[in-house]
Amino acid sequence: MTATTIGAPAAGRRRVPSLVRFLAKRVAITLGLLWGVTVVTFALVHVVPGDAATANLSEQALNDPSVVAAYRAKWGLDQPIYLQYLHYLGNLLHGDLGTSQQTGRPVLTDLLQYVPATLELAVPSMILALFIGTAVGMFAAVRHGRASDQVVRAGSLLGLSTPPFWLSLVVLYLFFYLLGVSPSGGRLSPQFAPPPSVTGLYTVDTALAGQWAATWDAVQHLVLPVLVLTCLTVATLIRFVRSAMLEVLQQDYIRAAYAKGLPRRTVLGRHLLRAGLVPVITVSGLAFASLLSGTVLVENIFGWPGVGQYAYRSATGLDLPSILGVSLFVALVYTVVNLLVDLLYGLIDPRIRLS
Amino acid sequence: MSTEPTTTEPPSAVDLDDRRVRQKLGRRSWLGRARGRTVDRPLWRQPLTLVSLAILVLWLAVAALAPVLAPYDPLAQHPTTYLPPSGAHPFGTDELGRDILSRVLYGARLSIPLAVVIVALALAVGGVLGLVAGYVGRFVDEALMRLTDLVFAFPQIILAMAVSAAFGPSTRNAVLALVIVSWPVYARVIRSAVLTVRGEDYLHAARLLGVGPVRALRRDVLPNSVGPAVVLATLELGNAVLMLAALSFLGLGPRPPAPEWGAMIALGSHDLSKWWVSVFPGLAILTVVLAFNILGDALRDRIDPRYAKGR
Amino acid sequence: MTALLTVDGLGITLPSGVPVVHDATFSVGEGEIVGVAGESGSGKSLTAAALLNLLPAGTSVTGTATFAGEDLLSLDRAGWQRVRGGGISMVFQDPTAALHPMLPIGRQLTEHMRRHLRLSKKDARARAVELLDQVRIPDPERTLRSYPHQFSGGMRQRVAIAIALACRPTLLIADEPTTALDVTVQAGILALLSRLRDETGLSVLFITHDLGVLSALTSRTYVFYAGRVMETGPTGALLSAPHHPYTAALLSARPHGAAGTGALRPIPGSPVVPGQAPSGCPFEPRCAYATADCAAAPPQPAPVGTGRLSACPVAPELEVAP
Repeated sequence: MTATTIGAPAAGRRRVPSLVRFLAKRVAITLGLLWGVTVVTFALVHVVPGDAATANLSEQALNDPSVVAAYRAKWGLDQPIYLQYLHYLGNLLHGDLGTSQQTGRPVLTDLLQYVPATLELAVPSMILALFIGTAVGMFAAVRHGRASDQVVRAGSLLGLSTPPFWLSLVVLYLFFYLLGVSPSGGRLSPQFAPPPSVTGLYTVDTALAGQWAATWDAVQHLVLPVLVLTCLTVATLIRFVRSAMLEVLQQDYIRAAYAKGLPRRTVLGRHLLRAGLVPVITVSGLAFASLLSGTVLVENIFGWPGVGQYAYRSATGLDLPSILGVSLFVALVYTVVNLLVDLLYGLIDPRIRLS
Repeated sequence: MSTEPTTTEPPSAVDLDDRRVRQKLGRRSWLGRARGRTVDRPLWRQPLTLVSLAILVLWLAVAALAPVLAPYDPLAQHPTTYLPPSGAHPFGTDELGRDILSRVLYGARLSIPLAVVIVALALAVGGVLGLVAGYVGRFVDEALMRLTDLVFAFPQIILAMAVSAAFGPSTRNAVLALVIVSWPVYARVIRSAVLTVRGEDYLHAARLLGVGPVRALRRDVLPNSVGPAVVLATLELGNAVLMLAALSFLGLGPRPPAPEWGAMIALGSHDLSKWWVSVFPGLAILTVVLAFNILGDALRDRIDPRYAKGR
Repeated sequence: MTALLTVDGLGITLPSGVPVVHDATFSVGEGEIVGVAGESGSGKSLTAAALLNLLPAGTSVTGTATFAGEDLLSLDRAGWQRVRGGGISMVFQDPTAALHPMLPIGRQLTEHMRRHLRLSKKDARARAVELLDQVRIPDPERTLRSYPHQFSGGMRQRVAIAIALACRPTLLIADEPTTALDVTVQAGILALLSRLRDETGLSVLFITHDLGVLSALTSRTYVFYAGRVMETGPTGALLSAPHHPYTAALLSARPHGAAGTGALRPIPGSPVVPGQAPSGCPFEPRCAYATADCAAAPPQPAPVGTGRLSACPVAPELEVAP
């Protein structure tokens, strides 16, 4: 490790421009990635034997060539690929994501409606999973090799091996069918109308509108899907946190901390936690990825109108603009999350920040 | 005069001497409890690993012997629809009166071989690309990294869904979709294994002595990559089973009436009260994937854990 | 000189059942710098760890260890937290590994200070600056705000020493503190320890495998092999006229130790693997002076002159030359 002497210039003066450079570089990479996504998705949909027409029109309509031709003309499917692509790119640069062939609405509108629903599931799950995962992972690392550690490892492996859609069904069966304590799906019970849309999150919007009964109802609908998603994400997190903490526990600075006469809670809570956070942050990015994957399957069972459902319908309907919209959105989310992760590194680990 | 063993604060402050010493463990006989913590024993003496191996062997036997073991034809429909588990049908029947036990047994003939095919293909493609990129380096390596980044930008299931739907749902296309989705992990892992070896001095020495690149590859690089590849493949086998089930759950996998476990769970979601239709296929998936995961984990503990992190 | 630390018949057995230290007896007086010499695997680091109870869980320790009149081995958790840092403290071999990479140095200096000495934040900072001065680190104010990676290896070790001294311990255990450093930097650290002893009466238990360092710094030395004390005595006398074949072999194995001859003289054989020590003298398989009796029973250190003990019954008669 190169060592700078104490005469190094103050870190603050150098930090801002390098941060800007860093961000600029990341933005450039992101744009490149997004462009790659459009190319790949476009190419994919056009290599396909069928197209949106064959996927979305009824049998009857398909038998009538004029109807098919009209459909194709309407959606520009009869134009050469590169023209379609350029057309799409052009619109994209104006913020127009095209119109969904299935819903007939602008894709952007669709996304703005479906995304908050997924966020309402993903964010609480992620937060819960982070807290539980970090705590349990640390606990298991500290008790390495003992029975409680084995139990935690087995438990997290179990969580990783469980199909999300199956777990959702089991949970629904238990709590809805057998015990009757939970609603069966969807975001609100039928007697409540959706609140006026401010954030798109029903829990927040109903509270803002003062519809407290609806808020409670929305929360109740959240419980089971969040439970399933949290379980799955926690399983991933525990493993990584545990192995990260195990590595830290081998380090001399932990022994040195004990050698100073510090109590266990300080060594674990300050020294262990801080050092182990860096890999935990890395894995949080990965965990978020698995969370997004999980929502596709979980939303299906719970009838939750989120991005997962939208993606599924677009994929099976070969609805190109929607598929593109979802792909771009997802890729964007990933890169933003990765960016946040990298920034957090810098915040936590001074070696990265001050180099 | 001896004092009580001191209670020590740091839970695993391991001294270097201690680590060398721990390798001496495991000399006790089979029947005697091996001293020391479970995790330090050799693989074949850890109870969890043994159990998972047993489970896998069991399932392989089921896959091979399903025609013999299954009481009924998995596709045969009986008038007794939605029968709860009973003597004649230990796992009950589904909405078309098909015996679920037989379908679960036959499902092994689908999921397990398909998973093996997926992993083998992805390993072949990803492994070769990773090998080449790691060895040749620079532009090729850069290109591979960007390509894997692109694939990683999508959540696995969404990409697999898109590919499968695009080409038309079928067994072949589901396999194709999953290979497309999973090859980058192998590429990354193999590449990083190659990179660690490339930096080693003995490789430079070999080249100076006139060992050609292909031979160097075969002699030095390849053996170093085997370990991480094996760990990854084991873990990915479980993942493949899960993803395949997810795809067929969504209707994008093997076409009905194939007894794929995921599709069976989807059928069960139509009527929650008939729990047995979904529960048993789900348990099948769970046990198979769990066994692969435990095995892969135990293997990874033996082979350097640094290598096994693909992404 | 009153004994600050007295260790009698220390035995350490690892959780796996392997004994690694046998019947070790040593002491450190007030204001004394005592050396512990030996190869890797000789048990010297474990011995040091035992004095602070930093051994892996399940290790069993036998014998007695008395520090400032207190029985170390019967301390409870609170007792250890009191002694560690406040009575006995430790400096580790690799300063990069022993300093937390993400905590500012000021924090690492003050956190245990505030506990042990009950200082306010301001007072703790003031004392931290004093300590950094004492170990001759320039610009202490800025150092407090900096992180370990911004310093060179030698500076980091000085910081580590400052941290070790923060709560006014009377005994400092230095486990190979200069092994990871350049020779020139090494000299600075040794001078520092010497000065601290002169200025504050600090006692040091200095563990090393470098005989040159021993002669430069320590007044007495214990030579360890395979978890046993083989020889002890005033450092100068020990190194110029050893009374144990192992010490003699170590001395002649040094590249510049051999008087002008070209060939190196390594010690034949290989160090003892813990748990596979032969019964009898552990050095016997490699010893050029071994007799039939040597393999029979483990040797006990016996006096061989003023203030010197040797575990070799044969050596006094042999007049082993370096």
